[in-house]
Amino acid sequence: MVKELSKDPLNIVICGVGGQGNILATELLGSAFVDKGYFTTVGETYGASQRGGSVMSHVRISVNTEYGVLIPQGEADIIIGFEPIEILRVAREFANKKTWVIFDSRPNYPLGVLIGEAVYPKIEDIVNELERLCAHVQIIEATDLAVKAGNSQAANILLMGALTAVPYVPLEVEEYDKVLVQRFKGNALELNRKVFKIGYDLVKK
Amino acid sequence: MEWMITANEPNKTYLMQGNEAIARGAIEAGVSFAAAYPGSPSSEILTMLGNVSEEAGLYAEWSTNESCSLGACLGASFAKVRSLCIMKQNGLLVVGDVLHSASLSGVKGGLVLVVGDDPSAHSSTNEFDSRHQARSAALPMLEPATMQEAKDMVKWGFDLSEQLQQLVMVRSVTRISHGRSNVKLGEIPEESIKPTPIGEWDRMVAINWFKAAQLNKLDQAREIFENSPFNWYVGPVDAELLIITCGTGWFYSQEAVEALDLKESVGILKLGCTWPLPEKLITKHLEKAKRVLVVEEVDPFLEQNIAQIIAYNPHLNLELLGRQGQGIISRSGELNPDIVRNALINITNKLPVEIEKVEIPADEMVVLPARDLTFCAGCPHRASFFILKQTLRIHEGQGVVMGDIGCYTMGGQRAGHYLYNYLGCMGAGISAGEGLGQLERFGFDQPVIALAGDSTFFHSCIPALINAKYHDSNMLFVILDNSATAMTGFQPHPGIGLTAMGKTTEPISIKNIVESIGCHVTVANPFEIEETTETVYSLLKKPGLKVLILEQECATLAVRKSEKRKVWVDPDLCRGDDCGCGRFCSRVWGCPGNIWDDETGKAVIDEVVCVGCGVCATLCPAGAIKVEGGEAIG
Repeated sequence: MVKELSKDPLNIVICGVGGQGNILATELLGSAFVDKGYFTTVGETYGASQRGGSVMSHVRISVNTEYGVLIPQGEADIIIGFEPIEILRVAREFANKKTWVIFDSRPNYPLGVLIGEAVYPKIEDIVNELERLCAHVQIIEATDLAVKAGNSQAANILLMGALTAVPYVPLEVEEYDKVLVQRFKGNALELNRKVFKIGYDLVKK
Repeated sequence: MEWMITANEPNKTYLMQGNEAIARGAIEAGVSFAAAYPGSPSSEILTMLGNVSEEAGLYAEWSTNESCSLGACLGASFAKVRSLCIMKQNGLLVVGDVLHSASLSGVKGGLVLVVGDDPSAHSSTNEFDSRHQARSAALPMLEPATMQEAKDMVKWGFDLSEQLQQLVMVRSVTRISHGRSNVKLGEIPEESIKPTPIGEWDRMVAINWFKAAQLNKLDQAREIFENSPFNWYVGPVDAELLIITCGTGWFYSQEAVEALDLKESVGILKLGCTWPLPEKLITKHLEKAKRVLVVEEVDPFLEQNIAQIIAYNPHLNLELLGRQGQGIISRSGELNPDIVRNALINITNKLPVEIEKVEIPADEMVVLPARDLTFCAGCPHRASFFILKQTLRIHEGQGVVMGDIGCYTMGGQRAGHYLYNYLGCMGAGISAGEGLGQLERFGFDQPVIALAGDSTFFHSCIPALINAKYHDSNMLFVILDNSATAMTGFQPHPGIGLTAMGKTTEPISIKNIVESIGCHVTVANPFEIEETTETVYSLLKKPGLKVLILEQECATLAVRKSEKRKVWVDPDLCRGDDCGCGRFCSRVWGCPGNIWDDETGKAVIDEVVCVGCGVCATLCPAGAIKVEGGEAIG
């Protein structure tokens, strides 16, 4: 029997900027849910967004039925962000008063900021607004922690570890580990396991 | 993941991308031949088929353009093997002539053409609706609503194609192609189909004599579609409001009906066979309804054809709503669950259970900078556009820049200093440039520059270049050769020397092609900013047709092949805002690797983003940017 969900469908948004590895992380997450027997759908927005644009994935799981690939506005239960302004952009559209938000506070500056036409907002202002919008806001310095662990690119898996520790995500460490083993080997596998645990522990505490 | 598309595990369920499911469906059908030209959202299909070609016993090619790919599939079909052709919606317009001819000649071995449409044009210049081509060419079309259907329809499409001796189209959209969900695998045939010899009197000929046969095939398809399991109805027997939908609209409609608690009064007719329409099935449901809402991606295609059914059946008396009818859904743009829910709220006045959502007053919201698309860190196009901008600034007269399709399309935006005056379809830049370059005789004296990437050059620029040479148009044609079809995911093209199946082959030199047409060619490196700027300037001063190849490998590919060099800013040398350069490295150069530290007031390199090309080091007036191992450029 597939374990009932505290909310069905459970809606998760994973957002960031092209090149941060959110597509891969999301695919692994979805595979872990399918292996557990859930109806799982993943919607991905990329394409031209590979070129520095915003990237967003919607993951929806259900015990009963398959859902469409896009989450309706205001119906995200959890939002995982790889980049601060992207998470606020997404939270405004998809969060509600019960939503959990976890994000990496390392900015990825848009072109408008680089060339001085726009100003990157202060992280504390972003957190303030997120706290008004959502139930739970947590920063995890995923990129910095991943750099310390060995490679900045592992930040995506670190955040998946954090997501797995959120109370109503029906996934155990071993279950995500299975898909890691399917896709990685050698040093990459060890690094991903290590950062996954780091992310997991930061939320479990 | 490739292993899923060849996994011999019938009834096993995997999370599959729509494109994976399509590739899997073809393999379950015993496809032997696949050809495509890359284009988002369909590109992954042939990449995967190429990667498994050996294991699956099939041939896969990245054709030079879509016409070549469909033509190649028709050839394979003539020998009665099954072939899959894949393209995006723009490609379908490129192959219009081939498509309409194929429909007249018919096919022998099953031929399925998968088109990936891009509603809202996420990675396209337009959101053309492929279904118009199916209708125009009198071809049967299927539209999957789920990843499972994507697999099953492609598989069945081959059977249908052989039954009708006609090409069958399958229309995917971005949300299917790039979505993922549970897909249950079917069986893979043990052996793929071998070619049958073509006899002396075998024919595949496209002439108008076969028009009647073509239309008969369409009638047969309609009869088959009347009973297809890809069309279904859910809801009460006597629904007063009927939703007719296809593709992504199925889940959006189902979720909206559920959210508004309308299951008792609203029915949904989901169509998987969208051309020709199963008119009897539709009419049966129309007879019971008073109002019909049509939910579909891009154009009111179903809606207008249903309007036609209503017009031919005077006993039907109902109100038709949709993208056209009362404009209940916007006339353009991609669907989403909210659009469909709001349409239903408008029609029924039912409201969903309120979600507790905080609305923050506009004046208290953090101002979020927009995220423009831009060239990747280290991209040679950034250098090329900087050179063109510089050259046109110092050149007398306002230069006119004719753009084209690829990563460098972004040259028309902020990333390329808004340099484009013109942008059309693939190959349009040089064609339109040729025309402008003929106007000198009437006093038009602005320099004309047309751009094209390497893949675009092979795809559609060669006849236009011959045209420009033969008629000696006064223009500069710049080929931005980055050794990749980068925009769509680095598929190889004829200049690369690699096939879709990973085999090496003799690369075709762009320079040799251009020279063989009789053009003089200059080759330069865009990373040598100063020298290349002078080269462009001197070329613009010459009369007639000039061709310049700017050669530098795509940075995203280059960085995969070699160790990334460390680049850093020496804070003692960077003069900050006192320099007078106006923060050149970040504000003008605009590479995402060059950022500004507000605390120290100096430039820094974002090491996570920087790929180590070192071009910025050659541009810094203070010489403050340092490159590991000197300042040589990659």
